[in-house]
Amino acid sequence: MSTNATADATGVDTPDGIQNAQAPTQPAGPLSTEGLVQLLTPGGERVHDERYDGLVAHLDADALRAMYRDMVLVRRFDNEATSLQRQGELALFAQSLGQEAAQIGSAYALSPLDHVFPSYREHGVAHVRGLELTDLLRLFRGVDHGGWDPADHGFHLYTLVIGSHTLHATGYAMGIQRDGAVGTGDPTRDAAVVTYFGDGATAQGDVSEALTFAAVNEAPIVFFCQNNQWAISESTTHQARVPIANRAPGVGIPAVRVDGNDVLATYAVTQEALQRAHSGGGPSFIEAFTYRMGAHTTSDDPSRYRSSEQEEYWRQRDPIDRLRLHLESIGELPADFVEKLDAEGEALGEHVRTTVRGMGRPSPASMFEHVYATPHSVVESERAWFQGYESSFLEHGHHGEGSHR
Amino acid sequence: MPTYQQFPLPDAGEGLTEAEIVTWHVAVGDTVEVNQTIVEIETAKSLVDLPSPWSGVVTRLLVEPGTTVDVGTPIIEIDVDPGGAAAAAPASDEGASAQSDEAPVVTGSVRHVGGAERHRGVEPGGADEIEAARVAPAAQASAPVTEPAPAERQAVLVGYGVADAGAGRRPRAGAAASSATDGTGTAGTPATTGTPASPSAPSPDRGHHTLAKPPVRKLARDLGVDLDSVAPTGPGGIVTREDVLAHTAQAEARTLATYPGDDQPWLASGTVSSDGRQTRVPVKSVRKRTAEAMVSSAFSAPHVTVFHTVDVTRTMKLVERLRADREFADVRVTPLLVAAKALLLAVRRHPEINASWDDESQEIVYKHYVNLGIAAATPRGLVVPNIKDAHRLSLRELADGLADLTATARAGKVTPTDMSDGTITITNVGVFGIDTGTPILNPGEAAILAFGAIREQPWVHKGKIKIRHVTQLALSFDHRLVDGELGSRLLADVARVLAEPAHGLVWG
Repeated sequence: MSTNATADATGVDTPDGIQNAQAPTQPAGPLSTEGLVQLLTPGGERVHDERYDGLVAHLDADALRAMYRDMVLVRRFDNEATSLQRQGELALFAQSLGQEAAQIGSAYALSPLDHVFPSYREHGVAHVRGLELTDLLRLFRGVDHGGWDPADHGFHLYTLVIGSHTLHATGYAMGIQRDGAVGTGDPTRDAAVVTYFGDGATAQGDVSEALTFAAVNEAPIVFFCQNNQWAISESTTHQARVPIANRAPGVGIPAVRVDGNDVLATYAVTQEALQRAHSGGGPSFIEAFTYRMGAHTTSDDPSRYRSSEQEEYWRQRDPIDRLRLHLESIGELPADFVEKLDAEGEALGEHVRTTVRGMGRPSPASMFEHVYATPHSVVESERAWFQGYESSFLEHGHHGEGSHR
Repeated sequence: MPTYQQFPLPDAGEGLTEAEIVTWHVAVGDTVEVNQTIVEIETAKSLVDLPSPWSGVVTRLLVEPGTTVDVGTPIIEIDVDPGGAAAAAPASDEGASAQSDEAPVVTGSVRHVGGAERHRGVEPGGADEIEAARVAPAAQASAPVTEPAPAERQAVLVGYGVADAGAGRRPRAGAAASSATDGTGTAGTPATTGTPASPSAPSPDRGHHTLAKPPVRKLARDLGVDLDSVAPTGPGGIVTREDVLAHTAQAEARTLATYPGDDQPWLASGTVSSDGRQTRVPVKSVRKRTAEAMVSSAFSAPHVTVFHTVDVTRTMKLVERLRADREFADVRVTPLLVAAKALLLAVRRHPEINASWDDESQEIVYKHYVNLGIAAATPRGLVVPNIKDAHRLSLRELADGLADLTATARAGKVTPTDMSDGTITITNVGVFGIDTGTPILNPGEAAILAFGAIREQPWVHKGKIKIRHVTQLALSFDHRLVDGELGSRLLADVARVLAEPAHGLVWG
């Protein structure tokens, strides 16, 4: 079964795929499914893996249902936000559709002390970290530069510049290292960084630099690449000749490829990488092989550059279906749970709608907040000038509450 | 009670301004749910399904398929409270006076759209039936607005607001605050600030900031025009360039003027300040270049000026003789011509004066040629054209050169080429009856000769006091490259030729 799934997954738009995989003289292409860690088949069947079984052994049915619930709720959020953009309430939105297993699975492996540097599609990770999902939409509505305090949940602001945040993440990890919060063996002290980026970002110089710095400094960081096969309209085959994960060993970082639509497997490999980071073992690279089922953003129309057959192929490998099939097969998805979850989803949708529509405009003066971490005389004088300027108008203070972050 | 919501076409991409309605997936009378797909639109980028923002009953489709409409245009009307009591009837389009009484229509995100504006979109064929289908007791004039207040709903989103481009500015708290803020950082607006508006001045609406584009604001500032007093004719009440110029043309003096004529501009290019007591002239073209050149010269080259008083009686006699000479019959011969020749002869004896200081490369550039500059007062201001290769010219050719130069300058036709690459200059202050002065160097040159007025004066000549023609010469030079000795010797040689033009035969 596992072998079949592996062969299937390469069956679409992969000129370098099966053929190369079968010919040992040539390297496998970037869409090869060779060597993907998998603990759940697309049919929901649990497959055993000597190395990783131990890391998921403690996940009981409740834990799996919690993961399932989060995946479903994040997808509901995703759909609602997409609709809100189409209704003119958001300027833009980037869906995480299809990448729920990679995000929820990896986020479950994080400790509260860890710090996440996301790109802009990590709604699932944000949700698991405890962020209010509607806060994510402040940026997409254009009422905020950020939307939350990164320190609150160890979740940095979304970064729309591709790949640049991997450098910030590496620097943060080196800071943790210098604080001595690595390798103490004390789980209430050891911390690490996980940075999320896509296959397209690996073509950026920033990511190469981050990998190099992390490697030579043995920084406590996990590079989590969601290979969703599309850098906007460019296939991964246009970004690389070999699997993305193969880049990391070149700079001395151990890498693993994982089935990104398998929530258990992504949890397991992230757990392993974080244990390495916490214990002072340095950086790791995870390539989660998944598929961006939606458009790049609401400004994109994927039907222009990829086939409906390919989309259908991956729709049948939906990460949520996989966990649902598994839970059903082990008889752990009772009808009342599903019903309750449906209602929860509807309530979430309503909450998102209402909250977004009610988002006020931040007061102009809030732009001076968070410029520096500490009071700054130049900013203060500019704020004072601006307040004087604003008060010269007849109407002021008509902006809603809110602030920039 | 029914509450009608209109859904304005959103920007489905980033910065799109319009889209085509391709297919309606709902019809009038259909019940729709939140997020149910209602229409397919085609933008410049893609085909996009739009979901309904509300649940309710479709009451009107405002745009026909195949029509392209701007972002922000209402495309569908939905009664979001169809189970409510009696509905209010929207007034007919014809009844302008009734429009304000009609049931409120709340748009999704952009604004209230009322009256005629509501019907700006294309009316589908069935519109009349839809209107008729409404239960319409006209007396119930106001259905409540159940959605959040429009202020909250006016999300400023990419692409929205395009249709409302003629925006105004927020009104200012008061005139004092207004002018104080305007004055910030614009030191050049004394004409408009701090001056009480006089009774006859058009009373500007101080509650509303005048709209104008930055170049027009600058023009107004240059011309000393108070923008608030200009009647705007541009779109959306914007003051245009033409408005400012028209205002300038009819700029009337204000009543503070005490004496007749005080309120007239002194110069054609000037405007009277708002109190009628000053003429303000923008610094531009020749005036501006002169100022820049003088500042640059005066503050980069250390000037030294030496003076010499000289008996030029023989020069005057020479001028007389030359005027009678047939070879000079058709050209004007002046003492300046002889002075120019004298300077050229002196330069030949002291070529080091004919030089320039190259600060950038730290070199002194000695010129093998003399381009003799003549400072000329013209209607446009001071210009310094030069006679090219004057060192090669005979006296007759030099006279022609001077005549040409003078004519060109008077006609205001001096070209940049005429003024470039001068090597030494004469300023003829004598024509104004002035004895002498301390001229400022033409930038890039090392010396300038001031030629003063020639006067009959008692003078010791051959041991006796005689009435002689006497003038003063002044030579300013750049002390970085010209020492006092060189400057003095040059000036002495000029004076010797003017005192005894026969020296020209010796040195020429």
